Amino acid sequence: MIAAANRLSGRGDALRLWGETLRALGRSPGAVIGGVLLFAILGTSLAFPGFTDADPLSQDLLARLSPPFWQEGGSLAHPLGTDNLGRDVLVRILYGGRVSLFVGFAAVLVACGAGILLGLLSGYYGGRIDSLIMRVADVFMAYPFMLLTISVIAVLGNSIFNLILVLGLSDWVTYARTVRGSVLSIKEKEFVTAARSVGTRDPVILRRHIFPNVLSPVLVLGTVRIANIIIWESGLSFLGMGVPPPMPTWGRMLAEGRVYITDAWWLVTLPGLAIMLTILAINLLGDGLRDALDPRLRNIPR
Amino acid sequence: MARYILKRLWHTVYVAVGISIISFFFIHLSGDPVMLMLPPDASKAEVEALREQLGFNDPLVVQYLRFAGHALRGDLGVSLVHRTPALDLILERLPASLELAGAAMLFALAAAVPLGILAAVRRGSLFDLGSMLAALFGLSMPHFWLGIMLVLLFSVHLGWFPTSGRGSFSQLVLPALALGLSLLAMFARLTRSVMLEVLGQDYVRTARAKGLRERIVIGKHALKNALIPLVTVAGMQFGFLIGGTVIIETVFAWPGVGRLVVQAIFSRDYPLVQAAVLVLAVIFVLINLLVDLLYVFLDPQISYGGER
Repeated sequence: MIAAANRLSGRGDALRLWGETLRALGRSPGAVIGGVLLFAILGTSLAFPGFTDADPLSQDLLARLSPPFWQEGGSLAHPLGTDNLGRDVLVRILYGGRVSLFVGFAAVLVACGAGILLGLLSGYYGGRIDSLIMRVADVFMAYPFMLLTISVIAVLGNSIFNLILVLGLSDWVTYARTVRGSVLSIKEKEFVTAARSVGTRDPVILRRHIFPNVLSPVLVLGTVRIANIIIWESGLSFLGMGVPPPMPTWGRMLAEGRVYITDAWWLVTLPGLAIMLTILAINLLGDGLRDALDPRLRNIPR
Repeated sequence: MARYILKRLWHTVYVAVGISIISFFFIHLSGDPVMLMLPPDASKAEVEALREQLGFNDPLVVQYLRFAGHALRGDLGVSLVHRTPALDLILERLPASLELAGAAMLFALAAAVPLGILAAVRRGSLFDLGSMLAALFGLSMPHFWLGIMLVLLFSVHLGWFPTSGRGSFSQLVLPALALGLSLLAMFARLTRSVMLEVLGQDYVRTARAKGLRERIVIGKHALKNALIPLVTVAGMQFGFLIGGTVIIETVFAWPGVGRLVVQAIFSRDYPLVQAAVLVLAVIFVLINLLVDLLYVFLDPQISYGGER
C-alpha cells in the first residue's frame, strides 16, 4: 500500500521534467551560448592556477601601469597590462573570478537552503507558522537591501564567510515565497493525499513528495539571483566592504583603478568587462532555463 | 475599498515596526560608540558616566522602546559625528537621492515602454532580437561600472559632462544614465513579455475583429492591461533605487542619503545609520502602498476586499 502511494509520488514526473528541460535548453541558442561561456569562465578561473605559477600579488615594479599588449608600450609579458604596483591585470582578473563566483554560488546556496526550508514549512503547515514566516518575509522585503548588507558587513567585519552569510540570508525571501506558492498547489495533488492517507509522516512527505516538485522554479530563480549576488558582491568590494585584501576581487580592482582613470583605461575597463561577461552568460542560461521550465511562458503562441 | 486601504495601512505599520527592530538590534551589535566619542585617554569613570548618560546601560528592550517612542514623535536621535538631529541630516540629503532616482526612473520608463511594445509587436524581427540582446547586455552591467565607463568616455575623453557633483543638469546626466540603464533593460524586457501575453488574449482578438486600427488595439486595449505589472515592478524598483543609489552616489560624489549612510557606517555613527535605514524603508513601504492603491484605478477587476 505504501509502495503504491510512493509510485504515485510524482517523482517520476519530476524526473521527466528534468529530462525535458535539458532537451529544451539544448534547443535554445541563447542557453547554449550562455552555458558554454559560463563553463569557459568557470574553467579558466578555476583551472588557471594549475597551469602557471603566476601570482596575483607579485609586483613588477619596472612595469608599473603598462598598457595591454596591443597598445604601444605594452608587452606579452603582461597581456592585459599592469596596475599601479605592477601587478598583472589578467592574473588578477582570473583570481578575482574565483572569488566572485565562489561567493556567488555559496551565497545562493545559503539563500536557497533557507528559502526552501521556510517556504516548505510555510506552505505545508499553513496557519500560524505560515503567517509568522510571511510577515517576517514582508519585513525583509521592505528592508533596503544594499543598506542591510552594508550595515551588517560593517558590524561583523568583511570576511569571506560573513559576506556569504549576509548576502545569502538577505536573499531568502524570494525563494521562500516561490516555494510556498508551489507547495500550496502540490499539497492538494492526489499523490500527497494518498501518501498521507497511508500514514506517511509529514517530514517524509515533505522530503520525498513535495521537495522534488518545487525544485524547478527554485532553479530558475537561483540563476537569476546568482547574477544579482555577483553584481552585489562586486559593489560591496567596490565600496571597500567586500572580501578583504590582499585577495583580488573585480569590485576592488575597479575601485583601485578609478584613481588612474585618466592614465590607465584598462584598469577600470577590463575587470568590469569580466563581470559583464560572467553575468551575461548566467543571464543567457537563466533565460533559457525559464523558457524551458515555465509552462506559462512556453505556451505563448508563436 | 476603505477596508482594503486599512489592511494595507496595517501592513505598512507592522513592516515599519519590524524594520525598526531589525535595524536597532543589528546596529547595537556593532561595538561601543562611547569609545569613539571620548578621547582615547578618557578614564573608566568618564566612559561609564557617558554610557549612563546616553542610556547605553539599560537593557536593549528598554533602549529599543525609548528609540521607538522618540521615533513616533519624529525624533530619530542625534548623529554622534555631526551632533545634529539625524532626521534633519537625512531630510537635507533626501531631495538629492530622490532627484537621482527619479531621473533614472523617468529615463528608463520613457525609453523602455516604446521599445518593449515595438519589440512585442514585431516579434521575431531583427529589431526585436537586437533590442532584446541589447537589453540583456544592459542587465548584465553593474551600474557603478557603467558609471565609470560613462565618465571615461564623456568626461575624460570627450569632456561633455562633469565627472561629479550636483547642482546643474549636466551633472545629473551621467549618474542618472548609469543608474537607469539596467532598469531600462529590465522594463523593456518586461513590457515585451507582458505585451506578448496580452496580445494573445481574446479581447485583443475581438478588438481586431471589430476592425479597430492596430494603433488603437495596442495603445488602448493591450497597453492598458500591460501597464499593471509594469507599475508594480516600477514601484518596487523605485523603492530599491532610493536605497540602492549608495554606490553610484559614491562614484559621482553625489550628495545624497546613500553617501551619508556609507560615511556614517565607516564612522560608526549608529543613530544616523539607524535613522537613515528606517526612513528609507518607510519610504519604500509607502511607495508600495501607493502602487497597490494605484491598481484599484488601473484594474477594476482587482477586488480590493481581499480574501473576505
